[in-house]
Amino acid sequence: MLRKYLDKIKPNFEPGGKYQSLRSVFDGFETFLYTPRSTSQSGVHVHDSIDSKRVMIIVVAALMPCLLFGMYNTGYQNFIGSGITDLNFWHIMLYGFLAILPKIIVTYAVGLGIEFIVAQWRGEEIQEGFLVTGILVPLICPIETPVWMLAVATAFSVIFVKEVFGGTGFNIFNVALVTRAVLFFGYPAQMSGDRAFIASSPICGLGGTVEYSDAFTGATPLNQIANGADAATDAAGHILSTWDAFLGLYPGSFGETSTLCVLLGAALLLITGIASWKIMASVFAGGLFMGWIAYTFQSPIYPGSAILPIDQLVYGGFAFAAVFMATDPVTAARTGIGKYIYGFLVGVIAIIIRVYNNGYPEGAMLAVLLMNALAPLIDYCVVQANISQRMKRLRA
Amino acid sequence: MSKTSIRLHRGLDLQLQGGLTPESPVKVVKPATVAIIPDDFPGFTPKPSVREGDTIVKGAPLMHDKINERICLVSPTDGTVKAIVRGERRKILRIEVAAEEGQSAGRKKFSIAPDAGREEIMNAMMESGLWAMMRQRPYDIVPVPGTEPVNIFVTAFDSAPLAPSLEREVTGKGKEMAKGLETLAKLTGGKVYVSTRDDWSLALPPEVHHIIIEGPHPAGNAGVQAANIAPVNKGETIWTLDIVTAVRIGELMLYGYPEWETAVAVTGSEVKDPMTVRTVAGSSLSPVLKGNVKEDGRNHRVISGNVLTGDKESANGYLHYPYRQVTVIPEGDDVDEFMGWASMSPNKMSASRSFVSSLFKGKKFAPDARLNGGRRAMIMSEQYDKVMPMDILPEYLIKAILSRDIEQMEKLGIYEVAPEDFALCEYIDPSKLELQKIVRQGLDYVRK
Repeated sequence: MLRKYLDKIKPNFEPGGKYQSLRSVFDGFETFLYTPRSTSQSGVHVHDSIDSKRVMIIVVAALMPCLLFGMYNTGYQNFIGSGITDLNFWHIMLYGFLAILPKIIVTYAVGLGIEFIVAQWRGEEIQEGFLVTGILVPLICPIETPVWMLAVATAFSVIFVKEVFGGTGFNIFNVALVTRAVLFFGYPAQMSGDRAFIASSPICGLGGTVEYSDAFTGATPLNQIANGADAATDAAGHILSTWDAFLGLYPGSFGETSTLCVLLGAALLLITGIASWKIMASVFAGGLFMGWIAYTFQSPIYPGSAILPIDQLVYGGFAFAAVFMATDPVTAARTGIGKYIYGFLVGVIAIIIRVYNNGYPEGAMLAVLLMNALAPLIDYCVVQANISQRMKRLRA
Repeated sequence: MSKTSIRLHRGLDLQLQGGLTPESPVKVVKPATVAIIPDDFPGFTPKPSVREGDTIVKGAPLMHDKINERICLVSPTDGTVKAIVRGERRKILRIEVAAEEGQSAGRKKFSIAPDAGREEIMNAMMESGLWAMMRQRPYDIVPVPGTEPVNIFVTAFDSAPLAPSLEREVTGKGKEMAKGLETLAKLTGGKVYVSTRDDWSLALPPEVHHIIIEGPHPAGNAGVQAANIAPVNKGETIWTLDIVTAVRIGELMLYGYPEWETAVAVTGSEVKDPMTVRTVAGSSLSPVLKGNVKEDGRNHRVISGNVLTGDKESANGYLHYPYRQVTVIPEGDDVDEFMGWASMSPNKMSASRSFVSSLFKGKKFAPDARLNGGRRAMIMSEQYDKVMPMDILPEYLIKAILSRDIEQMEKLGIYEVAPEDFALCEYIDPSKLELQKIVRQGLDYVRK
């Protein structure tokens, strides 16, 4: 039925047709709905069922626990902050849903819009890369980020970080993280501080207006520690245990506070083999290692060094970055040994920035971006090792 | 004879429907036409040695190489030259011979003295058509005479999907096999390696090194074996061949000419009754497949060879080198699959654990010829490495080839590889790149 309709309207989109300028868009939707019939014309006669659509959709599925938890957490923080005592689960979820929905829609509309235009301009198929980026961006930004800022930053990074390099598969830096970085450096007032991480106003009659006070500062745990607090607390002022921090019911960027949900996503990525366990494991190893060094050589000048190494992993965006950001196959190291080095350094640098730079209480974003830049160098060394082994054999 | 065991871990055995079983029937077919296709022999530039209408005997040359005129492709049957089929720019596509009973008593017999020198043996191999059945690395081409191979690799098993047993094919020909391998040992100053599975039961002569290789496909590829035993260095040449060709070399030495009979495994999910067909090299496919392709209304893809490295043929086409397998699978261009990328179907074949089918160990699949996705840039990393049991960085070699960087290709080991070594990489690639074609272009580019 749908197939017949598509076949009927297809000629309009072919060269010479009425809507030929929308050809890439039509192809994009057609291949989204139906697996293309194109068969192998050279080389192997059978192909694995996996394609990049499958890869991307699994990553999106792995992000769902974080998205759902983010909705709950957003609603919860607002309800607590505005003094609502009736914590109805569905009200909280609905509030969070309404808070994030415009951001998801805007990011996808801007990003996919640019992808569609570029694909048509180049005469190529639409690529799926932005399916993941579009959901990552709202998840790693504070909930109070204005929608227009998201649109500007997304457009900037899709164009200048991805498309100018040639599109999906050719970018050097992680597109979602650059979006975050553009926001962070371009609009520091709105993106950091204590009041960005909690949705502060009612939406469609749900929730309330948050009133900040000494008892309710809205600061993230890492911010509190960087500012000299003895122990991190949640928004209501209760001291966070490692377990509380692991569960993630505290102020932070929308989808990255719950290490539990991040690990649920990680499990899906590892079971399906979509993300590299080498990178994931070595980021955590690097974080633990650097956390341990910082903890061993504690200094009152750097309050972050008093955090237990295990707490370093569950606070802030560290786990999220390890599982979803560092493992982006395009911008990470591509060789086996390179992945261990890359991941370990991401972990180490994230903690170094977090602990020894009081200006930025969160280091994961900058660590991944820095290592994105260094990944080709790491791979170059691994490839050279393979080459010199071959040359040695030749001389022997 | 020395013996070594090697266990390979990287690789993949595709679980396909329509394989042979020990009970599969054997049928003998006498084809009305055979054809020899020069494109099956890379590096060989064909010049016809016959004209249409010529009457020829078995073993008579049909074509010779333009540069090394002694290297011939010969007729596997008595008969009449039916057609020299040419394509664009008069390129020879194939020479067809109408098979006729008869005059093979007059066929050319090479008499090679038992103490014959290297030169004499090699000339007989070239003129008898056996030379072209070998390949050399680098470049994966018909060996160029004049360079002595540092080692010779003889593969005695085929690990490709649904491939037949080569041991069965040479059983009962122990004398010829021994003679062939002894002869090969005279052609190299290095070693002759014969690689088998561990259940190999035939005796091998003392001149050769017996290598037992375990592990999944591509364990049976000569290049994989060489890479794990004695990799090819720049400036070196190795020869590779299968045990069937070695037996034919033995026949040439013992009786003066090789036989061109061959056992063809007829396999694949669209074959009614998988069987072995005894015919001759280059046989037309219609008698081989006659009545044995399912009439289920689907479009069929007939592959001369296996699903990874075989050639697409029509049902009226011909058997291609190495003349041992035909596979028929659904073409798949008649299927509408709604949102295939989201499918939870247990019938989708994949090496990835992102499909439900990975839960069913040992399940056999009937994949069609669709790409199952669109062509993309290389996104996922370390995919090819999973099925490449060689000390090669496949992604980087492919990139060097695509950028036509000869120095980098050399450094990354292009001399060690053949397109077939990348077949599994091409199968599992989520970006659906044409890797075998890319590698072939790279090899040709470096050679020129």
